[in-house]
Amino acid sequence: MNDPRPEPVPAAVGAARPRLASHARLRFDETRQKHVLLTPEAVSVLNDTGAAVLRLCDGQRTLAEIMADLRGRYDRVPEHEVERFLGLLAARRCVEISHG
Amino acid sequence: MDRPFGLLAELTYACPLQCPYCSNPLAMDDYRQELTTAEWLRVLAEARELGVLQLHLSGGEPLQRRDLAGIVRRASELGLYTNLITSALGLSARRAEELRTAGLDHVQISIQADEPVLSDRIAGTPSFARKLAAARLVKKLGWPLTLNVVLHRENMDRVAGVLALAEELAADRIELANTQYYGWARRNRDGLLPSRAQLQRAEAAVRAARERLKERMEIIYVIPDYYSRYPKPCMGGWGRRQLTVVPNGDVLPCPTAHDVPLPRASVREQSLAWIWTQSPLFQQFRGTGWMPDPCRSCDRRELDFGGCRCQAFQLTGDAARTDPVCHLSPDHGIVAEAVRTANEPSRPGDTAPSQPGDTAPSRPASGVLIPRPHPSRPGRR
Repeated sequence: MNDPRPEPVPAAVGAARPRLASHARLRFDETRQKHVLLTPEAVSVLNDTGAAVLRLCDGQRTLAEIMADLRGRYDRVPEHEVERFLGLLAARRCVEISHG
Repeated sequence: MDRPFGLLAELTYACPLQCPYCSNPLAMDDYRQELTTAEWLRVLAEARELGVLQLHLSGGEPLQRRDLAGIVRRASELGLYTNLITSALGLSARRAEELRTAGLDHVQISIQADEPVLSDRIAGTPSFARKLAAARLVKKLGWPLTLNVVLHRENMDRVAGVLALAEELAADRIELANTQYYGWARRNRDGLLPSRAQLQRAEAAVRAARERLKERMEIIYVIPDYYSRYPKPCMGGWGRRQLTVVPNGDVLPCPTAHDVPLPRASVREQSLAWIWTQSPLFQQFRGTGWMPDPCRSCDRRELDFGGCRCQAFQLTGDAARTDPVCHLSPDHGIVAEAVRTANEPSRPGDTAPSQPGDTAPSRPASGVLIPRPHPSRPGRR
C-alpha cells in the first residue's frame, strides 16, 4: 500500500490563525545558509519568503494580518501561493490552523 | 557532495527488551567499548559543523546511558532537533523532567502489541504497563507523542487494536513499520515475515483508522519490502542524507551496515568530516557509478539507488548487487522463496492471534523466534 499524504487542507481563510506546530522548529542553518523547518522525520529547506511567512505564524495573527505584514515588506505577495504553502504544511502537520 | 541532514546516534546496544525483530547486530559484544560522554559531545559538534540538523538518539535503549540528558543538552545548544527513540523502560518522571529541561524536542515510544500478554511476550519482559504509563507521562509533559510499532507475523493481526490504543493514548503520530530483516530480525525472518492475507487485513485496518482519525493522528504505514515490486530507496542514497554512529564509535552510512566488507571508519580515529567525504566506506556506493545491471540502465536508479546495499550483501554475499527485493534483480528468487514460504497454507509455527484477556501460556510460536539477548552495559558513565 502506498502512504498517500493527506490532501492539502482547504486554503486557509483570512480570519484563520495559523501557528507552527509544537513539534516543529524553524531555524537558520549556518552551514547551508538556508532557513530550515525541522520535524521528527524531516528537514524542509525553505526559501526566504517561506521562512518569513512561517515566522509570522504565531497563533495570534490572522492570515489577513500576515498578508498585510508581507505586503509591507515585499513588492508582490501572491496570496494564493501563501495559502497553498500553509495548506501543504498543515497537511503535513507542521502548521496548525485555528479557525476560532 | 551533499551534506548529511540526520545523525542516528546508537548510544548503547544494552537494552532491557529482547525483541526478536531487533535489527541490532548479532555480534553485540563487539560494540561494548562505548564512546564516553566527552567523545559523544565532540561527535555532536562535528556533526553540526558537517550540516547535521536532526539527532536521533537510539540503541539498544538510550536511557541506559546515565549521561543522556547531558548529550541532549549539548545537542540542543548546537541547534539540533533531538528525537529520543525508546522502549520507555527507564523513563521515570524524574528522568523525563530532566530530558525536558535539557531541551529534548520529541519522543518516540515503542509498543509491541495492544495488550499485555502478547506485548510482554514479544518484548521478553513485563513492560506493557510501564510503556503506557510512560506514554501518558510524555503527553502530560507537553511533548508530542509518537508510537513506534514494528509489525510482523505475530502482531500483524492486531493492527486495529494497536490503532485504537494509540487513539486512547492521544498519540499524535504512529509509525506502523514492518520488520526490516537485519540483525536478529534476519535470523528470525521465517517466523516474522507475514502472509499476504495478513498484510491485506492490516492495510484495511490502517485505511479505516486514517479515515476516522484524519484530523487527530498521523498514521505512517510501511510495508515489508519483501512484498514490494521495487526496493526501498535505502537511506535516500548511500552517504547522501544520513549517517549512523554506533556505540563503539564506528560510523556507518546505514544503521545495518556493520558487516559490509569495507574498511571500518571510527570517530576515535578520524574526524566525522573526513569519514563523510573521504572514507572508502562512504565513497564506495555514492552516486550511481558503482551500479551493475539491471540498475545501471534503469530509469529508477535515482529513485531507489539500487535498493539496500546491506540487504544485497546479506542475501547474495555481494554488496554491489541489485537489492534482491527488486523484481528485476537476477537474485529475486531468494526473496520470492521467503515470500512463498510465508504464504504456505498452514505452518506449524503459527498460533491463533491472542485476544485481550487471553491467559493462555505465552511462549513463542513453536519456539522459532530467538530472543535478542540483552547484554548489560560494561560500566556506568
